[in-house]
Amino acid sequence: MSDGRLSVFKTYKLYVGGKFPRSESGRVYEVTDSKGAWLGHAPQSSRKDARDAVVAARKAFGGWSGATAYNRGQILYRVAEMLEGRREQFVREVADAEGLSKSKAAAVVDAAIDRWVWYAGWTDKIGQIVGGANPVAGPFLNLSTPEPTGVVTVLAPQESSFLGLVSVIAPVIATGNTAVVIASADAPLPALSLGEVLATSDLPGGVVNILSGRTAELAVPLASHQDVNAIDLTGAGGDAELAKELETAAADNLKRVLRPSASRRPAKGEQGEKGADRPQPVDKADWSADPGTHRLTAFLETKTVWHPTGALGASGSSY
Amino acid sequence: MPTTAPSPKRSAAFEQGGASFADATASDGALRRFLHGLPGVDAVGLEARAASLGTRSIKTTAKAYAIDLAISMIDLTTLEGADTPGKVRALAAKAVNPDPTDRTSPRTAAVCVYPDMAATAAAALAGSGVKVASVATAFPAGRAALDVKLADVRDAVAAGADEIDMVIDRGAFLSGRYLKVYEEILAVKAECGRARLKVIFETGELSTYDNIRRASWLGMLAGADFIKTSTGKVAVNATPANTLLMLEAVRDFREQTGVQIGVKPAGGIRTSKDAIKFLVLVNETAGEDWLDNHWFRFGASSLLNDLLMQRQKLSTGRYSGPDYVTVD
Amino acid sequence: MASAFDYAPAPESRSVVDIAPSYGLFIDGEFTEAADGKVFKTVSPSSEEVLSEVARAGAEDVDRAVKAARRAFEKWSALPGSERAKYLFRIARIIQERSRELAVLETLDNGKPIRETRDADLPLVAAHFFYYAGWADKLDHAGYGANPRPLGVAGQIIPWNFPLLMLAWKIAPALATGNTVVLKPAETTPLSALFFADICRQAGLPRGVVNILTGYGDAGSALVEHPDVNKVAFTGSTAVGKAIARQIAGTDKKATLELGGKGANIVFDDAPVDQAVEGIVTGIFFNQGQVCCAGSRLLVQESVQDELLHSLKRRLSTLRLGDPLDKNTDIGAINSEEQLSRITALVESGEAEGAERWSAPCELPSAGYWFAPTLFTNVTQAHTVARDEIFGPVLSVLSFRTPDEAVAKANNTQYGLSAGIWTEKGSRILAVAGKLRAGVVWANTFNKFDPTSPFGGYKESGFGREGGRHGLEAYLDV
Repeated sequence: MSDGRLSVFKTYKLYVGGKFPRSESGRVYEVTDSKGAWLGHAPQSSRKDARDAVVAARKAFGGWSGATAYNRGQILYRVAEMLEGRREQFVREVADAEGLSKSKAAAVVDAAIDRWVWYAGWTDKIGQIVGGANPVAGPFLNLSTPEPTGVVTVLAPQESSFLGLVSVIAPVIATGNTAVVIASADAPLPALSLGEVLATSDLPGGVVNILSGRTAELAVPLASHQDVNAIDLTGAGGDAELAKELETAAADNLKRVLRPSASRRPAKGEQGEKGADRPQPVDKADWSADPGTHRLTAFLETKTVWHPTGALGASGSSY
Repeated sequence: MPTTAPSPKRSAAFEQGGASFADATASDGALRRFLHGLPGVDAVGLEARAASLGTRSIKTTAKAYAIDLAISMIDLTTLEGADTPGKVRALAAKAVNPDPTDRTSPRTAAVCVYPDMAATAAAALAGSGVKVASVATAFPAGRAALDVKLADVRDAVAAGADEIDMVIDRGAFLSGRYLKVYEEILAVKAECGRARLKVIFETGELSTYDNIRRASWLGMLAGADFIKTSTGKVAVNATPANTLLMLEAVRDFREQTGVQIGVKPAGGIRTSKDAIKFLVLVNETAGEDWLDNHWFRFGASSLLNDLLMQRQKLSTGRYSGPDYVTVD
Repeated sequence: MASAFDYAPAPESRSVVDIAPSYGLFIDGEFTEAADGKVFKTVSPSSEEVLSEVARAGAEDVDRAVKAARRAFEKWSALPGSERAKYLFRIARIIQERSRELAVLETLDNGKPIRETRDADLPLVAAHFFYYAGWADKLDHAGYGANPRPLGVAGQIIPWNFPLLMLAWKIAPALATGNTVVLKPAETTPLSALFFADICRQAGLPRGVVNILTGYGDAGSALVEHPDVNKVAFTGSTAVGKAIARQIAGTDKKATLELGGKGANIVFDDAPVDQAVEGIVTGIFFNQGQVCCAGSRLLVQESVQDELLHSLKRRLSTLRLGDPLDKNTDIGAINSEEQLSRITALVESGEAEGAERWSAPCELPSAGYWFAPTLFTNVTQAHTVARDEIFGPVLSVLSFRTPDEAVAKANNTQYGLSAGIWTEKGSRILAVAGKLRAGVVWANTFNKFDPTSPFGGYKESGFGREGGRHGLEAYLDV
């Protein structure tokens, strides 16, 4: 581009199981900027790609959920470090994808980097916020701890191709879940580039899997997939019918469902506007607002352990 | 030759160590009570101790000592369906003369083969001092009738095996039939004659450390000369933690009976660094009496070449490469 | 111990750390001499070699440092939490990057083995900053109400046993919550705090947010006394802790005190014996026993006493005492001549009072301050060695018959910092733990630390908790 030099184009690929495959279907689709200019091709993933991504996510779950919270925090922070080094690239991609000015795009990318930092700090704290000892009326220790729910399908927001994307991926994996992410259909390139960052951030392969393509084509088989434990419907926010269909399919194995309306939940301290909790186009969501903790807790199970404490001796203490 | 085979009802350990454990093996119930009465093993603490000993830094003279010791402790092993006399003879040659460029290298302790290769190994090793070890008892699964297992042992001994590596019946052990396991070891021991008996627990299948400690005592009570971790044929083989646990067992057994028993970790030990970590475990757990190939062995194959490359590095100052050791 | 397998020396390289011949005080982002120009030497306790000469702070320097911290407070506390977080993350990362250098430095200045500084101190230091960095923008979620406010200027005084780790325990939560600090390291171990000052500069931390005053007790006292200090955090002896409590009486200063201990390590007859032996060793010989939460009293059930002591002595005979920089050293030097005399005097009192002494057979180096791992048997609750904190590698062994006797003896002390329980029976762990008057109870393990886990004492072991969500409270106006 500059100085008459012919630039080298990048082939955008999926990110599945730590590798960068093309779609098994061999399909791609054109991606354009907000003014319709050609940016590149994105793989148009098939349901088989989605199935492969679930296999990769399930395989990664044991190791990732079993890693210490400290280790997960270090890795999420590493993502922020690696993104900081590729900031210019993402500013360009976000500006193209969302039709933003350079400075607005820069603000979006900075916020996305800081969001990784925010969730990096949550990995070893969420358990102290939502878990704890329960004072049961009996000689028992009773302890509740949160655990990740498993493999989570994430429909990334359609409009906010990067800050929104990071805002839905990071909380899912912070707590130890693994994710199959369907990128914004029309603006998938920042998501596919994020895969390259994740691959070089010590994040084990398969923890995050990123698919590009037609949202409904991928979401429908994933919503009914029996080895998926939860689904975040954020990216279906503009299509109430699809969201309902997916939630219905998800009921087959009682997936945990995060509805699109969750993205409009007022942050703590914010005045709840009237009707804020009613489903409405999610892309009006303000992704720069305080994210709170609801995206963390949405994909947690609570496990409660009972253990007898008993007495010191058969006859009580003599001291 | 005349052998005084121990009576099948009493192992050599009792003869030498007194009758203190005779009651323990009187019945299935007594054996269970004894084994379940052993102190428990806390897995986190055990693994932390093994890892902590793994941070010992063994340098210069200590490293040279450890490398030669490790070479001398190897049971150089080939246990493949594709084994042939040619392969076994090549391995025997390697055991006798590990590094053709340096005759000062110690020989390995033994060559370990299947029973049908024992005669070949014995012929190739004759006069070298390197022992012939043979796996037997329907290795590695051990799923055969007792008389088949004993015939397997008999064959190997007749073919010239100096050492027999038997597998225990893990199914019987896991279902709590300890006396069956015990009696089978006794029977095999009787069949061994002068051959030393290594008892393989397949620790990866026993799964818990408590089980490994119980199996260790069971094997020692039954007269094992060595207790051995694994066949090398399952997912988890020798680890620092399970070997540390078995070293504690032989240490405690000698304190209580006066009988010293060897330990053989097998499978998965591939680098000099790993081998030296195991020697540190021996040194700081069982003690220096076990720092001898009569009492400690490595069941390994690729380990030897790595030790030889490290040995070359120590003598020349240059890092060696796989082209400077032999492929056998 | 002569063995066929004699480990050759494996010294960690000293060249990774560059110690300057002299250091000043770190005030308002600059290194500066003491107002009265006083200095003192810091020596390596394993060799008595002088490592450096550092400035000795006086009352005037304390005043300068507190004023700098006060000036910095307004902006620092007004920063968005997410920005404070990023400073702390930077510090955590730089500590990780420089951890080998800092480990060697700490080993030189303190005398503890490199194995400990490398594998315990430094990883915990970095983890502590990492953990509290994450809290800086999440204080609303910490359970102290919306928008909790910092206190102001924190005066912090730390001991010599874990110099950098104690610094981390003090500074990380203070900065995360928006306070600024003046910290005084112990006079025998000033260097790592000064290196930390350099890390603050590398991280771009605003001037005056962290101030480091090297010096003696008089500087500490002046810091506690200073009218513009809002918070006092002290780790050290119970005697000094009480003096501080008296000093701040009648003021608005908030305090946390982390003081001495005489931890009971209780071994029941169904304990996992090999791991219990390791836990006893870790409990009392980690850092030469110079640990406030050390398991310095072994309470063993009579039925397994002989067996356990046999195993314990065998294990102690394998401990390797010597050059702290050698990677195979388990037991390093005692931190100072003064501390060595204190240990020696208490051990002599133990012998004089009729307890039976056994010391591991090991050769002590000729230079430096050393004490062989030692245990006393035939100890009763009346013996001095069972009551006073020795703060050295000396274990007092007592026995008990029943769980309630174990608890009674464990609690029979003015201290209440730590305790250990060894049994395979879960309900016994919980029943005994429930009765122990101690701030930290370890079951089937000992001397475990984690930034997420609160630490602190009952009774005369002090008050307040450091670490975890609980550790925030000490630095918030709540």
